[in-house]
Amino acid sequence: MADRRSTGRGADRVILYAVLLCLALLFLLPVYVMVCNSVKPLDEIRGGNLMALPIAWTIEPWLTAWSTAQIGVQPTGLKPYFLNSFLLVVPAVAISTLIGALNGYILTQFRFRGANLLFAAMLFSVFIPFQIVLIPMAKTLGILGLAGTVKGLVFVNVVYGIGFTTLFFRNYYAAFPHELIRSARMDGADFFGVLVRILLPSSGPIIVVTVIWQFTNIWNEFLFGASFSDYSSFPITVALNNLVNSSTGVKEYNVHFAGAFIAAIPTLVVYLVSGKYFVRGLMAGSVKG
Amino acid sequence: MRAGALPKLLLSPSVLLVLVCVYGYIMFTIYLSFTSSTLMPSYEWAGTASYQRLFAQENWRIALSNLWVFASLYIGVAVALGLGFAILIDQHIRAEGAFRSIFLYPMALSFIVTGTAWKWLLDPGVGLEHTMHNIGWESFAFGWIKDSDMAIYCVVIAAVWQTTGFVMALFLAGLRGVDAEQISAARVDGARTWQIYLHVIIPQLGPVFVSAFVILAHMAIKSYDLVIALTNGGPGRSTWLPSVFMYQYSFTRNEMSVGAASAVMMLAAIGLVVLPYLFSEMRKVENG
Repeated sequence: MADRRSTGRGADRVILYAVLLCLALLFLLPVYVMVCNSVKPLDEIRGGNLMALPIAWTIEPWLTAWSTAQIGVQPTGLKPYFLNSFLLVVPAVAISTLIGALNGYILTQFRFRGANLLFAAMLFSVFIPFQIVLIPMAKTLGILGLAGTVKGLVFVNVVYGIGFTTLFFRNYYAAFPHELIRSARMDGADFFGVLVRILLPSSGPIIVVTVIWQFTNIWNEFLFGASFSDYSSFPITVALNNLVNSSTGVKEYNVHFAGAFIAAIPTLVVYLVSGKYFVRGLMAGSVKG
Repeated sequence: MRAGALPKLLLSPSVLLVLVCVYGYIMFTIYLSFTSSTLMPSYEWAGTASYQRLFAQENWRIALSNLWVFASLYIGVAVALGLGFAILIDQHIRAEGAFRSIFLYPMALSFIVTGTAWKWLLDPGVGLEHTMHNIGWESFAFGWIKDSDMAIYCVVIAAVWQTTGFVMALFLAGLRGVDAEQISAARVDGARTWQIYLHVIIPQLGPVFVSAFVILAHMAIKSYDLVIALTNGGPGRSTWLPSVFMYQYSFTRNEMSVGAASAVMMLAAIGLVVLPYLFSEMRKVENG
């Protein structure tokens, strides 16, 4: 809210930009270090320094991280786990977004007893520490035969994503002009008619926000993955952590950095392509009610 | 419109899932904390034995004092920096979008990725210290991550790096909503820019401070991934948080009832922070 007149002074502006640039470099440093050292031979990291550009460039660490690093029993690299994460994220995001849209529609366009209480209950579920559900959920997945499977992780991530997706769509549809819906009903649109012909066509932005939010959250999720999956179904985060933390012998920093960057690529790409919607999701997720 | 059978029917799976998998499971875990479960859940009532055992654990005491140090520094620093960044960005700068994106991108990363990057960056053998020695500053020492008294501060550094941009975004939204007339009035009275921030703008950001506090506090209490990736709770147990304690006792030390009790304590802590906030937010909405 600074006024333009007061911000025109030269020296202040120079200092301002200098500070901002330094901070920006500081914030970019970890990713610079990650990328730059992922294309360096190991002895250059041990003998040189992390900030220096590689002398001998190599893509060997990437290849190792992707396809030959020891993570599970077999030296498979991160590839199968990267795939697991996609098999997890795609259905989990699709299902939880659909459920959120349906819930948002029902909670805003129909009146029934306990609706507010129900919404409050869903809202609080967004905040709970998942440690409180780990033990019974492990038991449930065991009973359902979903323990240690990607399907099981899809189920868990859908269940604990409903609160967020419902919140997003409810707030969006609550601001939707009621006249449009009323006139569609007059014209004979039924339950699904209103949803499909009136609400969904103008839901583009909130669908994008929800999909990005869910994608980022589930791709980055670790606790459920660590608790409910095994060597065949680890998501990428768990595999990366295994790669970095359970390696014995020589620590291959360059492979670790390459692995970390591989795990970061999908969410970084989404962020770069649609940062605006990511921020909107963050804000919608933080300003509740 | 009053809900007919179809909307209720379509809503019921969600209701069922939330009732069972959130509230039912909470009840189940609370019940477990009053049993003598060890490797597997057992339903034999044991009163408050596991709570007594929990509070007697040195590991729990460590986890709590770490949480206190971590949460207060994390919240304090992230809020201070987030506000500072927002004010800098708010000066009608060029490339505002680029700066915002750079400060906010860590939020798109997994804590496991953040933890991995910072783990080696802070490692004296390969990271900052090694680099400084390499460029000729031989006496430079930064080995906090290997020092059990200091390692928790490394967790703070990485967590702050990850979330400052988010707090900045919250404050930026708040700044854009500040009453412009009061600012002009202050300016007419001859107030300097920093005085205007201090006396006019920041006092109006109360609700943003509250939101930021609640969100960061609940993230701090839930923190797990970052510690696992960055220090794996170590050196020794020096960076254990309640979340690490819960996982260890429930799944690797075969003390499930103690693990359940620790999860109940975590839920209680979050409830204390979040419930008053949610109630006041919902009341605000109801009152328009």
